[in-house]
Amino acid sequence: MRKASMAVAAGLAAIFSSTGAMAGKDLDAIKARGSLICGVPTGVAGFALADSQGKWVGLDVDVCRAVSAVIFGDSEKVKYVPLTAQQRFTALQSGEVDMLSNNTTETLTRDTALGFDFGAVTYYDGQGFMVNKKLGVKSAKELNGATVCVQPGTTTELNLADYFRGNKMSFKPVVIEKVEEVRAAFFSGRCDVYTNDSSALYSTRAANVPPPAKPEDFIVLPEIISKEPLAPVVRHGDNQFADIVRWTQYAMIEAEEYGITQKSVDEMLKSENPVIKRILGVTPGMGKALGVDEKWVYNVIKQVGNYGESFDRNVGSGSILKIDRGLNNLWTKGGLQYAPPIR
Amino acid sequence: MTDMPVGERRQLAPPVDDSGVLGWIRRNLFSSWANGLTTIVLVLAMGWVLSWFLEWAVFTANFTASTGAECRGQGACWALIREKYRYIFFGSFPYEQHWRPLFAVIAMLAMLILSADRRMWNWRLIVIWGVGSFVTFLLMFGQLHLPLSLVLFIAMVVGASGMSLRKGIGSPTEILAYRVAAAVGLVGLVLRIVGVLPGWSLAIAPLPYVETGLWGGIPVTIILATYGLAFAFPYGILLALGRRSNLPLIKGLCVGFIELIRGVPLISLLIMASVMLPLFLPSGVTFDKFLRAQVAVILFAGAYIAEIIRGGLQSLPKGQFEAADAMGLNYVQKTGLIILPQALRVVIPPLINTFIGFFKDTSLVLIIGIFDFLNTANQALVDPNWAGFPGEVYLFAAFVYFIFCYSMSRYSKYLEYELNKGTRR
Repeated sequence: MRKASMAVAAGLAAIFSSTGAMAGKDLDAIKARGSLICGVPTGVAGFALADSQGKWVGLDVDVCRAVSAVIFGDSEKVKYVPLTAQQRFTALQSGEVDMLSNNTTETLTRDTALGFDFGAVTYYDGQGFMVNKKLGVKSAKELNGATVCVQPGTTTELNLADYFRGNKMSFKPVVIEKVEEVRAAFFSGRCDVYTNDSSALYSTRAANVPPPAKPEDFIVLPEIISKEPLAPVVRHGDNQFADIVRWTQYAMIEAEEYGITQKSVDEMLKSENPVIKRILGVTPGMGKALGVDEKWVYNVIKQVGNYGESFDRNVGSGSILKIDRGLNNLWTKGGLQYAPPIR
Repeated sequence: MTDMPVGERRQLAPPVDDSGVLGWIRRNLFSSWANGLTTIVLVLAMGWVLSWFLEWAVFTANFTASTGAECRGQGACWALIREKYRYIFFGSFPYEQHWRPLFAVIAMLAMLILSADRRMWNWRLIVIWGVGSFVTFLLMFGQLHLPLSLVLFIAMVVGASGMSLRKGIGSPTEILAYRVAAAVGLVGLVLRIVGVLPGWSLAIAPLPYVETGLWGGIPVTIILATYGLAFAFPYGILLALGRRSNLPLIKGLCVGFIELIRGVPLISLLIMASVMLPLFLPSGVTFDKFLRAQVAVILFAGAYIAEIIRGGLQSLPKGQFEAADAMGLNYVQKTGLIILPQALRVVIPPLINTFIGFFKDTSLVLIIGIFDFLNTANQALVDPNWAGFPGEVYLFAAFVYFIFCYSMSRYSKYLEYELNKGTRR
């Protein structure tokens, strides 16, 4: 009976030519396949979207490209699978994708009960406030009595109430379901403040300000009132692959810290600094420890760039979103991006 | 008449001219004071809306801007469409290979248009769909591997259906040929599954392979709708026949299936197929996401088509069934040769209506991350360099959908006219 059902399954597999991923060793499966399957969001400005040529670009996409560069020495060996927020965890659990780089907030339950491991944080997001410059407000602490535009049913609304109560301030909420209408209400002056995840605030400011006004007329206040650390995700079960994903991000941060850029990386190969020599594989050992090519960081920096370059190109000053580095600056410059040493 | 003096004729005013353009206007638009006033008010209102629209869409529109920022503060930003139209139509398909989905769409449209012609409604239809589908998928995939099991399966189906449909009608050699085909197919399939026959497959690989994950835009919409309906049609026929069956088990299964599928929204089926199904499968086995969505559309459309066809079956007088029985035809012959041809003729207009509905419903696949035409249009909006012009993008998408759906509805009207020739006075 068991044999018969297996035969039927085999027959079905032959007919539908299903793709059978190898169980267990994810890294072996990726290498055997010759490409990394990466789950990305279905279109978030600056993080993952298909450009006019249909090519995926963004900060999340660069994470996939960097991991591909580490494993294959080629950042283009990635297959992107756009996944919605509902689908993404099932897709990772069922082996449809090798990893998620999907604007996923790292939480305890996701790390444990869902059976995942998180890589290093690629973007520290969090809820912020946007106001019109004319208001002359420099800090969220000055917002006592303000009318605040907010979308209902999310943690955003609860965080807002907590923050104002915690600081003994009052506010009048204007609760609107649809994001377009919230924006319209804010820009038309119906409320003083618009609150959302700060990355969303920046993209609203870049793209949705109605014509007579300019993006520069609005500012995002420096206070961040919630923690949304976004990180890539892998399944439990292949620690080596999880290490590669985590250290790829660390290497990009480390490279920025030591001033290794896409342009200067070839020069840096001749550097006498022992740390840079270790990072770039001039002094071998790091690649071997991770189980990849010794030139792994060189390939990432050459093809994708260091963390700062990727940030600027996709969401920072080099892009239209113009997001401040803020929390995502290096620890040496007052931010949270801190990579353990590569040694 | 009697009062009129003999020899004298009263001059009557000539009748009001109600022929020609002026006459038509007078008769239809200005037949009374109230009607005349309504006409004037409506014409003014239409003119005002139209002038506003033209001002926005044509006179102050920007067709040439190179970024969204240049477009701001003017009329419509059609430069956005100019920049993004290839992505909107073909999605993430490799850019330099866009001619492939283009010709695939042309092949599918040719296939649909040819099968719209009534003169093709015979064996030619099979040829058209065979060739059309082959060309479409060869262009989209770039490489096709026809496995032995598929060939054997087709031989078995053709043999079996020929055997039952032509029983007692075809010549003995013809029947023998069907029997041989069915037997070869069946034995071959069994041997293949047991593992005696090797997993041989015919590879046709003229172009680089493009997986379904990269498909997007209009080909996805048309493939999902066309093949969704093409497979749902025979499936719906079986369901409809099953629902009218005298065997309680078959009837119960069919009724249960139809009611279950019709009782849930398409979105829930799609979510089941994309989120739940992978959890039930053994670990490591995954089906192509596109195939899952296609199967969900087929199941959903099948249930609706079954109900339409049941309507057609019920419209047939009982005499037709009895006449077929009296001629000694078996169930398959009776259904295939007498009942279905008449029943299907009745239901073609509602079928096309369903097709139009499904052509648009396929855009629901966006919730499972498949980039159909509407979703690629949505993606064009996300690009921060071009964000802030939803009106232009959605108008463009609506325009393309309208072209497809309007031509289908005209075709449906034509068919209604053609097929009712026999009953019209």
